[in-house]
Amino acid sequence: MSLFEVFVSSILDNNIALAMILGMCPLIAISTSTKNARGMGYAVVFVVTITGIINYPIFRLLEATGTRQLNLLVFIITIAATVQFLEMFLEKFLPSLHNAFGIFLPLITVNCAVLGVSLFFVSNEYNFAQTAVFSFGSGIGWLLAIVLLSGLRVKMEKKSDIPKGLAGKGIAFITLGILAIAFVGFTGLAS
Amino acid sequence: MNPRRLMYTKWFNISRDGMSRSNPILIAALGLCSALAVTNRVDNSIAMGLAVTFVIVMSSLITSLIRNIIPQRVRMVTYMVIISSFVIAVDAFLEAFVPNIHDALGPYVGLIITNCIVMGRSEAFASKNPMRFTFFDGLSNGLGYSWVLIAIGAVREILAFGTILDYRVMPTGFENWVVMAIAPGGFFVLGLLIWVLRDMTKSYEEDLA
Repeated sequence: MSLFEVFVSSILDNNIALAMILGMCPLIAISTSTKNARGMGYAVVFVVTITGIINYPIFRLLEATGTRQLNLLVFIITIAATVQFLEMFLEKFLPSLHNAFGIFLPLITVNCAVLGVSLFFVSNEYNFAQTAVFSFGSGIGWLLAIVLLSGLRVKMEKKSDIPKGLAGKGIAFITLGILAIAFVGFTGLAS
Repeated sequence: MNPRRLMYTKWFNISRDGMSRSNPILIAALGLCSALAVTNRVDNSIAMGLAVTFVIVMSSLITSLIRNIIPQRVRMVTYMVIISSFVIAVDAFLEAFVPNIHDALGPYVGLIITNCIVMGRSEAFASKNPMRFTFFDGLSNGLGYSWVLIAIGAVREILAFGTILDYRVMPTGFENWVVMAIAPGGFFVLGLLIWVLRDMTKSYEEDLA
């Protein structure tokens, strides 16, 4: 696959949130306001890209030493360490960016999308350049999904008359389902 | 013991909290990724439910055992190392004994690590309670998670393939709903399930907030 195909497919037809169903907990919890959704989305793009790039050589190293089955443990530690390091680094050198990400950065360690990307590049057998592009594209795809969902939810909160039992999470899932159907339309765009 | 008295014991309350009153998926909305991604067939749901139950029970037991010697600042990382050790064990077990289910679940077995339920139970319950209660809490949360997965899996498998556990239940002329086998089907079924349960138990979101 060419790099451009990997990029398009990771954003649209294999969207990490709507087709792979990853990172659902923050997607549902944070999409009640568009501003927060955007903050979380940017933080995910940032962290997913960096951890994807860091995890790739580590995985190759594990493979070379024949300890491939430890990859889960090593990936999650890498992710936790990277998030911790980024937080300290941003606080010191780029305080404005740190304020923009705010509380979202520490939450990302338990976002399944981040670990998911690291596991998918293993199962898809991507090379380094493809991994970097795939990680970045997946982050953008997640940002797209959460911003779309939060826009719809905010609008619905104000204008529509939702049944009492469906309000909140229930309607968020139905909306996500409809969004996911729309994204099914992109299938085969880059295959 | 008198069955009425049983209802006031701590054991009973812990179990009821996990299974229904604060069900991890339906009420707290945790651990959704695996609940939606693997539930298009009942056998996958059962495997995922058992795997998660095992990981929750074992990791909370270990967390509870060493809760007094974990330094406060590094507790998250400690939980993660404990959890991922058990997930690796589950992954290896599935690969060795049921390879076809292992292939169907794919990377989602590894993603049990970031399943917020496991982490949530370690942080909220196991780090404060003795092992005997922790065992029940882990078990009831795991079973509460499993029954929701199996319910979603049953609805999706009937509509998407016309079968339950590969046993044909729909008449032969039944047109399969392809949408139920892919991601959107999971969202719809879970959304509707939440609606039904909220109306049945009268626990609406606005009352909780």
